[in-house]
Amino acid sequence: MSEPVLQISGLKKYFPVPRSRGGGRVHAVDGVDLTVAPGEIVGLVGESGSGKSTLAKCVVRLLEPTAGTIRLHGTDVTHRSQRRLRRLRRQVHMVFQDPYSSLDPRTQIGDIVSEPVRMHGLAHGRRARELVAGMLERVGLSADMIRRYPHELSGGQRQRVGLARSLVLEPSLLVADEPVSALDVSVQASILNLVLDLQRDMGFSCLFVAHDLSTVEFLCNRVAVMYLGRIVEEGTREQLFGGPRHPYTQALLSAAPLPDPPRQRERRRVLLPGDIPSPIDPPSGCRFHTRCPVAELPLCRDEVPGLTDHTADGHRASCHLIRTDGTAPAVT
Amino acid sequence: MTARLEVTGLRVRFDTDEGSVLAANGVSFSLRPGGVLGLVGESGCGKSVTAMAVLGLLPPTATSEGSVRLDGEEIAGLPPRRMRRIRGREISMIFQEPMTSLNPAFTVGYQIAEVLRRHEGLTRDQARVRAAELLDLVRIPEPGKRVGEFPHQLSGGMRQRVMIAMAVACNPKVLLADEPTTALDVTIQAQVLDIMRDLRAQLGTSIVLITHDLGVVADIADDVVVMYAGHVVESGAVDTVFAGPRHPYTIGLLGSVPRPDLGLDDGRGRLREIPGFVPTLREPPGACVFAPRCPRADALCQERMPPLEEQAPGQYAACVHPGGHAHE
Repeated sequence: MSEPVLQISGLKKYFPVPRSRGGGRVHAVDGVDLTVAPGEIVGLVGESGSGKSTLAKCVVRLLEPTAGTIRLHGTDVTHRSQRRLRRLRRQVHMVFQDPYSSLDPRTQIGDIVSEPVRMHGLAHGRRARELVAGMLERVGLSADMIRRYPHELSGGQRQRVGLARSLVLEPSLLVADEPVSALDVSVQASILNLVLDLQRDMGFSCLFVAHDLSTVEFLCNRVAVMYLGRIVEEGTREQLFGGPRHPYTQALLSAAPLPDPPRQRERRRVLLPGDIPSPIDPPSGCRFHTRCPVAELPLCRDEVPGLTDHTADGHRASCHLIRTDGTAPAVT
Repeated sequence: MTARLEVTGLRVRFDTDEGSVLAANGVSFSLRPGGVLGLVGESGCGKSVTAMAVLGLLPPTATSEGSVRLDGEEIAGLPPRRMRRIRGREISMIFQEPMTSLNPAFTVGYQIAEVLRRHEGLTRDQARVRAAELLDLVRIPEPGKRVGEFPHQLSGGMRQRVMIAMAVACNPKVLLADEPTTALDVTIQAQVLDIMRDLRAQLGTSIVLITHDLGVVADIADDVVVMYAGHVVESGAVDTVFAGPRHPYTIGLLGSVPRPDLGLDDGRGRLREIPGFVPTLREPPGACVFAPRCPRADALCQERMPPLEEQAPGQYAACVHPGGHAHE
């Protein structure tokens, strides 16, 4: 197998809580292993507070991990100084959720997209301008956008600029943090199509963070589901959506309504009680046991389940109740 | 049977420095007693403004015309004093962002009780007891303890349930819910939708659900009204409209949602796109508002905005080239 583009192992990120607010630590990411192979789009799904954005920010080192390692093309970058990271920054770029706040309002589009090129000293003058114009065209923006400012653009156009800026250096890994969730439904489709087209053309790998399952199912080859800082299930798109094993994944899939009234009425719904517990003081044992409709006490409360590949085919889940042959617990 | 809520020819105009904006332009719909109506559209289509106009809560910069009838009685243009008696008692509203709609300085129990004291004339103690009952109705655990808590002590889903409790405190005939689950996670959204289903079954509340999420409409609504740029472009029973949308915008909207379960794509694994973006609502154009983004637009579409016409029994669309299929 070829070397993974991104290899995360045992990653932890804790945030201290000020003593005035009770002290302790937020266990945002608490022991995550994940790899992204060349040319693969991996979806990272979870609800708010699951740690998915924190994980993405650790990968691009916008946040300093507390423990664990992050390898890019085999090189350990977990604690590299920002200066020594600079060369590697060519390989990894990020697209953010909010296309309004992630572009400098006082900078012209051409300069926003050419900044990475200039920073890395790859091209100057006319060559740089050509590169930028070519990239803008690839994301579906006309060349006259170069002199415009972000406020003159619609949300969808801004997200295209964000993609152009991230991809102009032809990185090997794109980290996308909910890039369409702030956009209108009819605009989302065009951005998702664009990501897919660009990925097919340019062949980059992508870590795609999302809370919307249908988006992930549309776009990703492989999917990891996070709950309270840990991956609870991971597999190919077909494995995860076709035969979810973890009770949380089952609940998540059943909670997302289908835009098909007769089918939606017929669907079996799993209603989870309560809210996501606080990551400051996460539940013992299986973190999902407090909301799990099928939890068996004391087992699920006392023992932490491992992320197990029951059927030896890369479909991993962490639940005590999955049988050794991979049969998932029936959740209703 | 009279409609519980009947809106006819609603127009809302905002006067801005850059000219006037028609946020709602001839909006009509009717809500059946005990029914759930989904009002669907993207940002800026006028769906929230429509709700505000129904409640008489438009800002002073807005002027509105048209008729709003509650059980056959005209309520548009009522003097503020009479409107205050209707708002919260006959028609109430829940908003998208529960944190900014609750007062951070008062306990949630106090805020629910305020509605009851104002409209039902309950005493402080009676209202507090009733507030706890309402929290129980929206399935908040330990309601007796929660009434004494402040909004910041509750999670997002819990706050939205407090908003619902407050909205149904006086057992209103109509509940206007403006994107009630948009700020919530899917598992919490499922809980809130379930509570709304319950309210309708137990209290017979009629609901107007404003949303951009077609899945939510499919989940809970009986009828759907699709809005685009201030106009109603299609309406009908959810089953009919979702199975056979007639307006190109509805068709595009349904086609742009990833549906891997149906293998719906153009053969290359891509989604259907609606080109362009939502227009601004300056002066009313002399053409169909969707024409600039419409694959079917021709000279006929440039002449005027087509009126809503019945396409099939109970299904209306405002289009000169209606028909086709979502998955064409």
